[in-house]
Amino acid sequence: MSLLDPKIPKGPLESKWTSHKNNIRLVNPANKRLIDVIVVGTGLAGSSAAASFAEMGYNVKAFCFQDSPRRAHSIAAQGGINAAKNYQNDGDSTYRLFYDTIKGGDYRSREGNVYRLAEVSANIIDQCVAQGVPFARDYGGLLDNRSFGGVLVSRTFYAKGQTGQQLLLGAYSALSRQISKGKVTMYNRHEMMDLVLVDGKARGIIARNLVTGEVERHGAHAVVLCTGGYGNVFYLSTNAMGSNVSAAWKAHRKGAYMANPCFTQIHPTCIPVSGDYQSKLTLMSESLRNDGRIWVPKHMEDVKAIREGKIKPREIPEDRRDYYLERRYPSFGNLVPRDVASRAAKERCDEGFGVNATGQAVFLDFASAIERYGKTEAHIKGLHNPSKEDIQKLGKDVVKSKYGNLFQMYEKITDDNPYETPMKIYPAVHYTMGGIWVDYNLMTTIPGLYAAGEANFSDHGANRLGASALMQGLADGYFVLPYTIGEFLADDIRTGAISTDTPEFAEAESAVRNQLEHFINNKGSKPVDDFHRRLGKVMWDKCGMARNEQGLRSAIEEIRAIREDFYANVRVPGKLNEFNPELEKAARVADFLELGELMCIDALTRNESCGGHFREEYQTEEGEALRDDENFAFVSAWEYKENDPGKAVLHKEELMFENVELKQRSYK
Amino acid sequence: MNLTLKIWRQNGPNDKGRMETYPVSDISPDMSFLEMIDVLNDALIRDGKDPVAFDHDCREGICGMCSMYINGEAHGPGRQITTCQLHMRSFKDGETIYIEPWRAAAFPVVKDLAVDRSAFDRIIQAGGYVSVNTSGNTQDANAIPVPKADADAAFDAATCIGCGACVATCKNASAMLFVSAKVSQLSLLPQGQPEKNERVLNMVNQMDLEGFGNCTNTGACEVECPKGISLENIARMNRDYLAASVTAD
Repeated sequence: MSLLDPKIPKGPLESKWTSHKNNIRLVNPANKRLIDVIVVGTGLAGSSAAASFAEMGYNVKAFCFQDSPRRAHSIAAQGGINAAKNYQNDGDSTYRLFYDTIKGGDYRSREGNVYRLAEVSANIIDQCVAQGVPFARDYGGLLDNRSFGGVLVSRTFYAKGQTGQQLLLGAYSALSRQISKGKVTMYNRHEMMDLVLVDGKARGIIARNLVTGEVERHGAHAVVLCTGGYGNVFYLSTNAMGSNVSAAWKAHRKGAYMANPCFTQIHPTCIPVSGDYQSKLTLMSESLRNDGRIWVPKHMEDVKAIREGKIKPREIPEDRRDYYLERRYPSFGNLVPRDVASRAAKERCDEGFGVNATGQAVFLDFASAIERYGKTEAHIKGLHNPSKEDIQKLGKDVVKSKYGNLFQMYEKITDDNPYETPMKIYPAVHYTMGGIWVDYNLMTTIPGLYAAGEANFSDHGANRLGASALMQGLADGYFVLPYTIGEFLADDIRTGAISTDTPEFAEAESAVRNQLEHFINNKGSKPVDDFHRRLGKVMWDKCGMARNEQGLRSAIEEIRAIREDFYANVRVPGKLNEFNPELEKAARVADFLELGELMCIDALTRNESCGGHFREEYQTEEGEALRDDENFAFVSAWEYKENDPGKAVLHKEELMFENVELKQRSYK
Repeated sequence: MNLTLKIWRQNGPNDKGRMETYPVSDISPDMSFLEMIDVLNDALIRDGKDPVAFDHDCREGICGMCSMYINGEAHGPGRQITTCQLHMRSFKDGETIYIEPWRAAAFPVVKDLAVDRSAFDRIIQAGGYVSVNTSGNTQDANAIPVPKADADAAFDAATCIGCGACVATCKNASAMLFVSAKVSQLSLLPQGQPEKNERVLNMVNQMDLEGFGNCTNTGACEVECPKGISLENIARMNRDYLAASVTAD
């Protein structure tokens, strides 16, 4: 074990980033033309980084596995993006956004990074508006805001329930502009299969053209991974089907440390599982908790009657309902952070109050919001003594304008109309706070390899607040990496193009080919999804919303067994040199099967509860997470060893808190 | 439910392709259409056969990747949904379902139901952006108020997911709805004004180069669009195009 240095600049919190920028090395514009950068992934972090690098003059090669960079999974983010603009004059500031994020992350993130994030948040909104991102506006033509979990101000900018889409299309348009200028070469339907190191530095990647199956070599002076999170290790998650850990895991195997891999976010408001065939879960934006009230029946006989379909939820009178978040957390109510809301739902369902056939669902109810908005609208329209129907209609119109697309999405999936009956929701895996360890410059433990967006670990600690992922992705890509990458590239102005005709590239390419050929030639009997489902179940049951020592130990054994079975018995149809989606899946699941084990090891090592990491052995009397700041105020960074995730070596980065006082997080 | 699927199989852009028949059984009405295809593929793999290739990713109707032509309709029966949002409760037990890829000269087949839509990317590259570099110094986001009606209309146009259903459903394989959605979004906002003329000329030019057909105002695209992009956008683009053409150098 060694101590890791995050290289956070000295000086007061407020001036760290400014003074760092003033002292960072620059590359002269003529020399930037001699330098190549590879960006893997084209979500918010990847598109914005690739576009910004190209604008600065670097030659960029960008890669995505989808058929277009616009389809990266950032597109699915719904609710919004935070920024400390204080447009609502409700007392917001850079410091408050910083403080909320540190507290929301349960004091397991770095002060320096988080303050920088809060600082550049306002620039992001300016940049996006300048690109033509159509944020929601009020009648005066100015930008509108809403509130998200874990905060007491309105600082979230949004575009209905499609904020991620609008921001990504903004970044995609900036990227497209650079592609048209020839400054970015875009490789659609290409998957990174391995990282290539030359003299200990990241100097290129091996990629597979997913259409032709060809394995290609690509050299560059630096490699930036913006490859998202690894929630699909749980098989069922709100991630897209193709979201995977492979690029990050390949980098990990080559020497990049993985930090806090067990920190996963279980989002409280998702559509519950309906059957064994289920391929993914769908999120209902946290913004719904602005207006929706979460409840289960107070009495078991009502639960039974609901499950048997004898009564409808709306028929249960107010005094027989348990609005458990409002009961337990009066000051934040339905807007407690995600980890708290998820655990509270699990607690009610574990006690038997779940409201669907599987017992794993709670209600999210808009009836009172519809009535409240309806009355306000009637007042605005000057209707005296409006009828109940008028109020309902006006109220539904308001709710529709705020959340229309989410309500439609819910109805399409469940065949229930959420304007008339409460939604049924349950927590699901959504985001991974853990990821590749990076220093203040977002450089990993491999020189020349950077990680940004969800792929890195740095800003959200043990729990991410709502509307902060979009902020971090764009902050990293637009406003951090373009500065910090110069520090490394300044040494490369005389290096010349990186040749791919070297033993390092040849070796990496042949290892990739060997693995793929193994899958094709392995005449097993079971499809890839079989193994993925089994892994997911182990992870959800034993390394999900609640974890304990015994469960984690058995999970590690089970995962090792599934891995062995996978290599022996997986069946991958088709050929290497063709469009072969099953082969893509096999390579991704192979990496999930290693990551899963490391996540369990990490969860087992962290003998405390913090944020999304809830160890049942460590809780307060009220069932809240019990942190151990004395022994665990550090980042766990794991080094891969001996071709076996079970042999990973732990390194620590001590977390220094110079500006905030560590407290038990309270949302009561 | 038990169903008969007639699915288009094609090994690559140069293969002729053919319809093949696959029976599937024990399908739950709560399954999504793509989960039903997953069930079929699982069985095909276990039988040592080649699974059906198709594009899909988010499975919640926003990435625009899924693209199946089902019973003669882009994204199948149902309005304002993508293929991944279609559920089996929309079909009857015993039904025969025909599944084909998007068909358009500008969208060559990659394999089976997956097509190459990179023509759309090239149209955006021709001008679907505001030329603003990244800097921390653009003016404050609230410096230019945008009337709510304009902001809302720009948003509605911007919700296009680039799936290509408009092209697939158009008898001329025209991309006018897709192109006009981007042109409209930027044309409605103050930030889009400086490049308004070149943008519409360049994007329409690229659209023609890609081999998309002309628009004959049948409105089929609007009906099948999963995001309900309005035909009004095409009218707006035509006005912009005309104005730009007469003032062009």
